[in-house]
Amino acid sequence: MILTNTETIPGKKIVEHYGLVSGNTVRAKHIGRDLMAGLKNIIGGELKGYTELMKDSRNEALKRMMQQAEKMGANAVVNVRFSTSSITQGAAELYVYGTAVKAE
Amino acid sequence: MGDLIELAVFVMLILVGFTAGSTAEALHFKSLKKREEETSGLPVLTVRGGGAEDIRADRVFLVIGECVVAQDYFKRVLASLKTIFGGRLGSYETLVDRGRREAILRLKERAKRVGCDLILNMRIETSSIGINYKNNSLAGCVEVVAYGTAVILKK
Repeated sequence: MILTNTETIPGKKIVEHYGLVSGNTVRAKHIGRDLMAGLKNIIGGELKGYTELMKDSRNEALKRMMQQAEKMGANAVVNVRFSTSSITQGAAELYVYGTAVKAE
Repeated sequence: MGDLIELAVFVMLILVGFTAGSTAEALHFKSLKKREEETSGLPVLTVRGGGAEDIRADRVFLVIGECVVAQDYFKRVLASLKTIFGGRLGSYETLVDRGRREAILRLKERAKRVGCDLILNMRIETSSIGINYKNNSLAGCVEVVAYGTAVILKK
């Protein structure tokens, strides 16, 4: 499956559009990570635990989107966009959406 | 007595935050500069790739770089004082700057590792994933994600 965030696929031709596909996940951090983040909050800098968490969740959302596209019979998703929103304290929603297409 | 201990903890947190925070920040900026020079050969474009069909691409894929950075205790206290008077919050400017540059660097490094020739339509998204630490002192914590379309050209 080809993913791009441009409207076209460089080097390929889009022959069919299938419409919107999307995937989301809501993730909460766990206590261990929160504790470390609390400590890290004193000295600042990168919160590696959170970076990992966001990366994993984003991959999960991407996977769901790709599954949806596959079901439609698409072999590529173009114009992929990400959005993050914090819903409640300690939980973040990752949302990915794009247009499923068939490319040759 | 209890108040005194509380005050002592507060002063200690500020001191630790100030010393460790500033050294960590200086080191981070130094490493950012070095790595930016190393990856300067890879062009990153923010153009949307109109007419991209003409690019003789062999393979295309999505690359993502992300980073979550937090502010140190000293600067957070300083910033909360500053919000009374308003004006420029320089300490938060450097925080988002650190996050953005790190995220873009990770994106470039990942693309470079797989032998990519250019990145099209690079986009940056910044969001605060506010974590409340202990009581309600809101932590200055931002998540930055940079993403784009990596292209490997036909040789």
